[in-house]
Amino acid sequence: MSLLVLYAHPASHRSRLNRRLLKEVADLPSVRVHDLYEEYPDFHVEVRREQTLLLEHDIIVLQHPFYWYSVPALLKQWMDLVLKHGWAYGEGGTALRGKRWLTAVTTGGPEGAYQAEGSNRFTMRQLLAPIEQTAQLCGMQFLDPFITHGAHRLSDEALATQAKAYRQRLSSLLAGEQPTVVGKDKQ
Amino acid sequence: MNNDNLLYQAFVFLAAAVILVPIAKRVGLGSVLGYLIAGVVIGPFALGLMGDSGGHDVMHFAEFGVVMMLFVIGLELEPARLWRLRLSVLGLGGLQVVLTTLAAGGVAMLFGLSVQMATAVGLIIAMSSTAIVMQTLGEKGWTNTEGGQNAFSVLLFQDISVIPILAFLPLLATVTPPQGATAHETTVTLVSGLPAWAQTLIVLGTMVGIAGGGRFLVRPAFRAIAKTRLREVFTAAALLLVVGISLLMDQVGLSRALGAFLAGVVLAGSEYRHELEGDIEPFKGLLLGLFFIGVGASIDFHLMSAQPLLILALVALLVIVKLGVLLLLGRVFRMPLNQNFMFSFALAQGGEFAFVLFSLSTSQGILTTAVAGPLVVAVAVSMALSPLLMVVYERLLMPRFVPKRNEHRAADKPDDHNSVIIAGYGRFGQIVGRLLSANGISATVLEADSDQVDLLRRWGNKVFYGDASRLDLLSAAGANKAKVLVLALDSPQKNIEVVHTAKKHFPHLKLLGRAKGRIEAYDLLDAGVDDMQRETFESALRLGMLALRRLGFGAHQAERAVGIFRRHDESALRELAELRRSNDEKAYFSAARERSQMMSKVLQADISDKGDFHDPAWDVEALRTQIPS
Repeated sequence: MSLLVLYAHPASHRSRLNRRLLKEVADLPSVRVHDLYEEYPDFHVEVRREQTLLLEHDIIVLQHPFYWYSVPALLKQWMDLVLKHGWAYGEGGTALRGKRWLTAVTTGGPEGAYQAEGSNRFTMRQLLAPIEQTAQLCGMQFLDPFITHGAHRLSDEALATQAKAYRQRLSSLLAGEQPTVVGKDKQ
Repeated sequence: MNNDNLLYQAFVFLAAAVILVPIAKRVGLGSVLGYLIAGVVIGPFALGLMGDSGGHDVMHFAEFGVVMMLFVIGLELEPARLWRLRLSVLGLGGLQVVLTTLAAGGVAMLFGLSVQMATAVGLIIAMSSTAIVMQTLGEKGWTNTEGGQNAFSVLLFQDISVIPILAFLPLLATVTPPQGATAHETTVTLVSGLPAWAQTLIVLGTMVGIAGGGRFLVRPAFRAIAKTRLREVFTAAALLLVVGISLLMDQVGLSRALGAFLAGVVLAGSEYRHELEGDIEPFKGLLLGLFFIGVGASIDFHLMSAQPLLILALVALLVIVKLGVLLLLGRVFRMPLNQNFMFSFALAQGGEFAFVLFSLSTSQGILTTAVAGPLVVAVAVSMALSPLLMVVYERLLMPRFVPKRNEHRAADKPDDHNSVIIAGYGRFGQIVGRLLSANGISATVLEADSDQVDLLRRWGNKVFYGDASRLDLLSAAGANKAKVLVLALDSPQKNIEVVHTAKKHFPHLKLLGRAKGRIEAYDLLDAGVDDMQRETFESALRLGMLALRRLGFGAHQAERAVGIFRRHDESALRELAELRRSNDEKAYFSAARERSQMMSKVLQADISDKGDFHDPAWDVEALRTQIPS
């Protein structure tokens, strides 16, 4: 099993949480960290190179902050360009079939804000629907997302705990443990 | 001279050069001094290997090196730039010749010479050696400094003034010419029998002829020859041009070097400029080397050992008088002290024209052999000493008044170590520096232009003055504490030198190099820089992008087209650098020739990559066929 972390953070130097999470897993065996904003500061995503990387790994982790209920702009650019018709989906688009997709997202707001009665009015699962469907269309297994809420208020201890949990999650994925797959029938 | 003899002489000259020049260069004396020493060694007073003729045949031939050098200098000097130099050529150059003539003539009169003789001596001493000065300045990368530019202006004026001096000298004749003295080449011309006004007219006509002929005759001719794709014929044509002009100049009594220079300037704007440069360069270099060897060999050690004190005194006087006048002029023309030193030390020697003028003077009965003999030796010795004088300037003077200012500044902030050093703060380095400064990072600057240094210091920058390839300067600038060294010097050779120094003594430094073009980029990569940027590449891409937009490309479409091309070109650059490294061609080709060969490889890579320039992003064609209507 090999795992590719697609890390997308436009201001990584300001990030406390995401950087820490990334650091925690970077040294795991068979993990390759691919920092998109470092690789493509000009948004010139190299399609063939990215596709090769995807083919070389079994588990794809998209780690990013949750911006406007979606991915940072460069990760969206990456999706638009790399997940091409005829390659990732559509006729003959089977390149990614059977691979696993894990979204590891951090939010500024607390967990309670992502509820029907909260300020964001929808749950994380609902808000992540476009991403889940992207994975689905590519024939990938969309795993239960790894979500960290309240990025700005997290205490150092909570941060450490969360980082450990992240490492644990990726380790068990690498060990081939049966992952929790988000079923289509689930809400 | 029979063939064996020619081959034998060639062998001696080449062997001396091949053995001694690399040694001289290695110990930091420069190639000119190496050639001169080689000349002394094989000359009649040491090993005496030059045959019966004493190398005079070779010398005659070698003077062509100077002609070719002026041609190449002309090629690099477009008329517009020459026009900008007019003030320093006429003002500085004119005053140099006049004042040196007066001063040297005055000294000559103290030695008991008549006014006429003293005037002749003064005029002859006023000349400096274009060959030695330009070669030395070029080697040190100082051609484009203020001092270097001014030195060039003075040399140009001297080259021009040889013509009137040649005409004027015979008027000074006071003694009967020695019996059987042959009239000199300059007197057997087509125009010598004509009245002065007609001569002037012919001279002017020739100049105009060269200018017009260069544009309307030579350029189309080269175009036609280039079409034949016969390299050697192109080379032959280039040589033919220089030889032809020299002959023409001889006929009208002008200096060959001046004619060649003029032809060079006329062709500076032509499309074959680099080709011409590349073709002439090897000949120029070799002949110039021969010329320096000849100068070394012609130093008359018999005369020197007969009157050592006189010769020594003459050399000292020559250098001191010239130096004095030059320093004074430098001050009057408000050169910064250091540039003034460079300018003055560069020009403080006798020139190759002195040999011609002295022999003309003796044959015309202006000077006696007793007067001219020791002076010829003194001029030759001063020429041999002048590369040494430059070494003295570089090692002793240049660093001398620099640390003083730095101590003062260092005292302001004792432990102020910047993590970035920028070597070269011209139009390129400045942008780098300003970007860093806008982000709160102050850089230590190394700059060789003292005006620039003063200006930067006034604005509170930490600036070190001098040659960035010097280890002591790099150390003083804090290279052992810095993280990044930006190489933004104008001279590609200097940049490479700094890379070598830095890699050897400060291996922790990340080296970021500015390359002029591809060849320089390859050189920087070979030298082992960490990052490299071609100075024109990004801006040319941006302009190209604007062109695409004017042609109807959308802004983002154009931006992506540029991005794809940039990636392609950068990877091609690295591949070609690798190819070149393994071929090891670079040592054999002149930069100009390599450039044209490289370009065809680059164009080839463009063609074979054509498919990749198509941007498949957001392509909806495939989708369209699938979606049921």
